[in-house]
Amino acid sequence: MGLIGPIVIGLLAHAVNAEPILIGSKKFTESYVLAEIAKRAIENTGVSTEHRQGMGGTIILWQALRGEQIALYPEYTGTISEEILKAPPSISAGEMREQLAKFGVGMTGELGFNNTYALVMRRATAEEKAIRTIGDLRNHPELKFGLTHEFLDRRDGWQPLAEKYQLPTQNIIGIDHGLGYEALRNRSIDVKDAYSTDAKIGENDLVVLEDDLQYFPRYKAVFLYRLNLPPGVVTVLRRMEGTLDEKRMIQLNAEAERTKNYARAADLYFHDDGSPRGTSFGEPFGHKLRRWTLRHLQLAGISLLLSILIGIPLGIAASRGGVIGQVILGFTGAIQTIPSLALLALLVPLPFFGISVRTAIAALFLYGLLPIVRNTATGLQDIAQPVRESAIALGLEPSTRLWKIYLPMASRSILGGIKTSAVINIGTATLAALIGAGGLGEPILSGLNLNDHVTILQGAIPAAVLALLVQWGFDLLDRLLIPKGLRL
Amino acid sequence: MNALVQLSGVSKSYGDAVALHPTDLDFPRGRTSALIGPSGCGKSTLLRLIIRLLDPDAGTIRFDGAPVTAANIAELRRRIGYVIQDGGLFPHLTARKNILLMAAYLKWPMEKMQSRLAELCALTRFPKLALDRFPLELSGGQRQRISLMRALMLSPELLLLDEPLGALDPLVRAALQKDLKEIFTRLNQTAILVTHDLAEAAYLGDEIVLMSEGRVVQRGTLDDLRTKPAGSFVSDFITAQRSVALT
Repeated sequence: MGLIGPIVIGLLAHAVNAEPILIGSKKFTESYVLAEIAKRAIENTGVSTEHRQGMGGTIILWQALRGEQIALYPEYTGTISEEILKAPPSISAGEMREQLAKFGVGMTGELGFNNTYALVMRRATAEEKAIRTIGDLRNHPELKFGLTHEFLDRRDGWQPLAEKYQLPTQNIIGIDHGLGYEALRNRSIDVKDAYSTDAKIGENDLVVLEDDLQYFPRYKAVFLYRLNLPPGVVTVLRRMEGTLDEKRMIQLNAEAERTKNYARAADLYFHDDGSPRGTSFGEPFGHKLRRWTLRHLQLAGISLLLSILIGIPLGIAASRGGVIGQVILGFTGAIQTIPSLALLALLVPLPFFGISVRTAIAALFLYGLLPIVRNTATGLQDIAQPVRESAIALGLEPSTRLWKIYLPMASRSILGGIKTSAVINIGTATLAALIGAGGLGEPILSGLNLNDHVTILQGAIPAAVLALLVQWGFDLLDRLLIPKGLRL
Repeated sequence: MNALVQLSGVSKSYGDAVALHPTDLDFPRGRTSALIGPSGCGKSTLLRLIIRLLDPDAGTIRFDGAPVTAANIAELRRRIGYVIQDGGLFPHLTARKNILLMAAYLKWPMEKMQSRLAELCALTRFPKLALDRFPLELSGGQRQRISLMRALMLSPELLLLDEPLGALDPLVRAALQKDLKEIFTRLNQTAILVTHDLAEAAYLGDEIVLMSEGRVVQRGTLDDLRTKPAGSFVSDFITAQRSVALT
């Protein structure tokens, strides 16, 4: 344990740095690309920025912007009126700005293109069944729908769409956007929701079904930003108004997906000729791997340290049984039953947490508690009564009994709990990328999003290796920390 | 005053079950008293009340004239040695560290600890070379010798032994009985021994305290118990044990 402390503190210090302008993005290619373009444009003026990639859906980003945890992110007018302001579709841009200003948020003018929701199908299936419009779907209850979770829940999403068109609603599953294209290709689903500028539409030979009842509102891309941003930065953002039409955006999206490199796609925006420029874009892989791994270790390490510092005393209290013991074990056990994604989502709206490394560490800390608390409690409870009574009868003070006798005797069990926590933490820390906290989950997420197995493996393999190393490290630590007399 | 430990009106129950009825009893200095009786007669309870592993429901226990209280028990425990059936040794510490634990805690100088340890090894006839073994590496008899050394380390005024030889095989047991007898005599040790074996009680005890169902039934030498039994229980108990052990 003596070794872990300084390392963790070192990592913590590493994380606290100068304060760049934080740019958020949603978990899909176009949002990544727009954020990268803004990043490049702002950095060209000498201001440092940081792009928190793929922070999940609208609500998380909006909360983060409101809470000043990020300074700006790309959004769509339809989403702003429907989801954020819950206003009628007829609302004007001026009215939107007025209402956003109440939250300290500003909105740029439209960047140009309209990225509305659309339903897409494989061209072959659509032609075979003669489906051309969304209305045509009504007569084909056999079709399987694979819809993103956000689309399923949106006020302007699936429910009212199905009502308006009276679509069949029995064959519906929720699926990640990137994975949905794969599912379409291998015929697991027949219809999915998409964005009209999605590069995948052309690549996969899909058809966009005509919105014959004009259901979908307009989704013109804009940037939402904190009104207290420096005027120079706002000027840079506004200079991008009207510079991106649908064709250009599809091209940038396609470039991002082809090269698996958002920075490169953003670069294309600044070079009108559109010719790719060598390989000097973005961070070299070695750098990225180091950054991801360090952040990953930082997330898992700090949270583990907290779990140990809090978990062992809780375990000692729990070992004494009674109501307090049951409450402690019940509470830490209950945390474990909350799915990790849900725990992150629950922590994000709380003050102090929000979209931050803190939140990820807090969630990992909570997950790490149970194994340590339970193993500490069982390890102590398993100490035989005669040994306890001998320690008392010798005349040792309670604290000396605990430190010199009981804790060393329970050390194997306690270390086992810490090891379990550590391995769980390494695995769960990949989810931290969902709230922009980085780590090896970052390539896994973008890989899922790009449907690119190589990128997924860039995160998954190092994470697995880390877990193995941690396992081995603890096996070594066992030998150092568990008294020899207990290992006979 | 000659009694080191005095019980007056001491009683203990576990819920409805009475473990010890109100009891007056004193244990004289420099003598070994053997508490004997069938399982559940209250003999172990009595021992555990003296070292305060149990709190009495009523009555007072005096040690060296002063009432034992929650406030002074920690200090008193250092004047009392306690040995139990399976030794109660700390498995993560070597034999040496088990023995020296309290002395080290009380910050004895190293030299004093070493010379006391050498004395004890000689006294209990324990091979010094085995001191660095862990309890799991020792035989049952060796473990009890370590436990005895640990109890004697601070030269306690009182030694409590709760079935100390109960788990040992007969030959080891006989050897240890002989050694214990010698040690008690040489140290002029005040000791209270709990046993269920009448032969052991008679061999090690200067007097025998026979208990049954939470009461002291009779107190005296084996001869007293045999020739002047206080009731049919006493003669029955002696007859039952003699058939195996005293022939």
